[in-house]
Amino acid sequence: MNTVCVVGASLAGLLTARALRSQGYGGRLVVIGEEPHRPYDRPPLSKDFLKGAIGEADLALEGEDEEPGIEWRLGVAATRLDATARRLTLSDGTSLAADGVVIATGASARTLPGTEGLAGVHTLRTLDDARALRADLGTARRLVVIGGGFIGAEVAATARELGLDVTLVESGPAPLAGVIGLTMAQALAGLHEQRGVRLVRGVQVTEVTGADRADGVRLSDGTHLPTDVVVAGIGAVPNIAWLRGSGLELGDGVLCDEGGGTSVPGVVAVGDCAAWWDPARGSHHRIEHWTGARQRSVVAAASLLSGGTARPEPARPAYFWSDQFDVKIQFIGHARDADTVTVEEGDPAGGSFLAVYRRGDRPVAVLGVNQVRLFTRWRRHLETAPVQAG
Amino acid sequence: MIPACPLASLPRGEALRLDVDPPIAVFHTDDGEIFAIDDTCTHQDASLADGWLEGCEVECPLHASRFDLRTGQVDAPPAKRPVRTHEVVVEDDTIYVVPSDAPPNLPPGVTLKGQA
Repeated sequence: MNTVCVVGASLAGLLTARALRSQGYGGRLVVIGEEPHRPYDRPPLSKDFLKGAIGEADLALEGEDEEPGIEWRLGVAATRLDATARRLTLSDGTSLAADGVVIATGASARTLPGTEGLAGVHTLRTLDDARALRADLGTARRLVVIGGGFIGAEVAATARELGLDVTLVESGPAPLAGVIGLTMAQALAGLHEQRGVRLVRGVQVTEVTGADRADGVRLSDGTHLPTDVVVAGIGAVPNIAWLRGSGLELGDGVLCDEGGGTSVPGVVAVGDCAAWWDPARGSHHRIEHWTGARQRSVVAAASLLSGGTARPEPARPAYFWSDQFDVKIQFIGHARDADTVTVEEGDPAGGSFLAVYRRGDRPVAVLGVNQVRLFTRWRRHLETAPVQAG
Repeated sequence: MIPACPLASLPRGEALRLDVDPPIAVFHTDDGEIFAIDDTCTHQDASLADGWLEGCEVECPLHASRFDLRTGQVDAPPAKRPVRTHEVVVEDDTIYVVPSDAPPNLPPGVTLKGQA
């Protein structure tokens, strides 16, 4: 291989490029990024960066003395791929032929229909999103957050810490219920309410009101919540529209085998845009967590360099974290595989506890809330004896 | 030289945090070696003594960057700066740490108590 082109300059793209180098690839290495920025870390965008505790320089993913020999093409999007020829067309009109292609174009925040062109309505995915939201929150008094996933819960917590009047609207029974299960989600909802976030549950948003700028949110029960700023944290969609007609098999993401190989030789996909085959579940699915991109970038690089013959290690269970107020939430595994959940340390009412999810006698997931040391022991236990899906 | 603890009270595979400023973590590896590094991850305020010790590396308990206990070097983001290492002396069955003169690589927002 003489030229490898990585499409996507965020965590998965950078780490795959680095892994290619550390696994011995010495040829030309081009990384294409639609955003004009060098790779940066996204998790702090809803937390310390939004709060103003850290600056943009702190977000850089590259070290100061790092020199992996990458040719950066930033501020340029890939608009088309001919997968069998491995030829990319770029938004500046140029094209690029490669021997190997890594697709790491990530995902985009889903937007609220009908709010296009309405000022004061935000999503949060990129540095530019975070800059705009930070500026808007600086002059606002009230915030309505739509969606109680990670982004929604974290933005609500940060804005509350900044002194705003915050309402979180969640269509389900409790924030994070989809990932940590209802019982524990109810326990964590209390953490938000105790710290002054107003939770509105089990209702849909029907409309964001306002002429040029949002001034409120109307709910399915008729309530109108006046506000200065709206944040929609309603999920993300994989950035794969540009790959239609490329020859790659697409589903909810680029469909890949368990090593990141796509349906076309010489093309791998990794990160939020990629749906890898999970042998334990017998299906493809996307992993939208930071640690997923980190673990899989090494595997994807090996798959590309070996022509697909490298045998990947079995996938580790998904691990993720979230910081909300003074609370460190850590989770590993899949809550949906469990039939019981028990608190084994601490007390949810006290704001520090650890819960173990089991299927029969077997632990399948663990939730830690301000229990860093104990959680690490459990994580080690689950990662060294990988959970099987039931 | 700071006395850390009696050798017998730090079994292999375990870690100890010394409440100095900044805190220091002392590790006893499964192979029987003893190392000392700054306890705070260079990325964010997390205690490396709470981390996952494997061979001569410790993995940060929050975001999984791994630090080499011998050199302080980090393997992958989110941390990007090495952690400071300290010399360890074992004398009369007691572990001592000789704090480094080098400046620490503390994460953004974390300062020495004397400068807070």
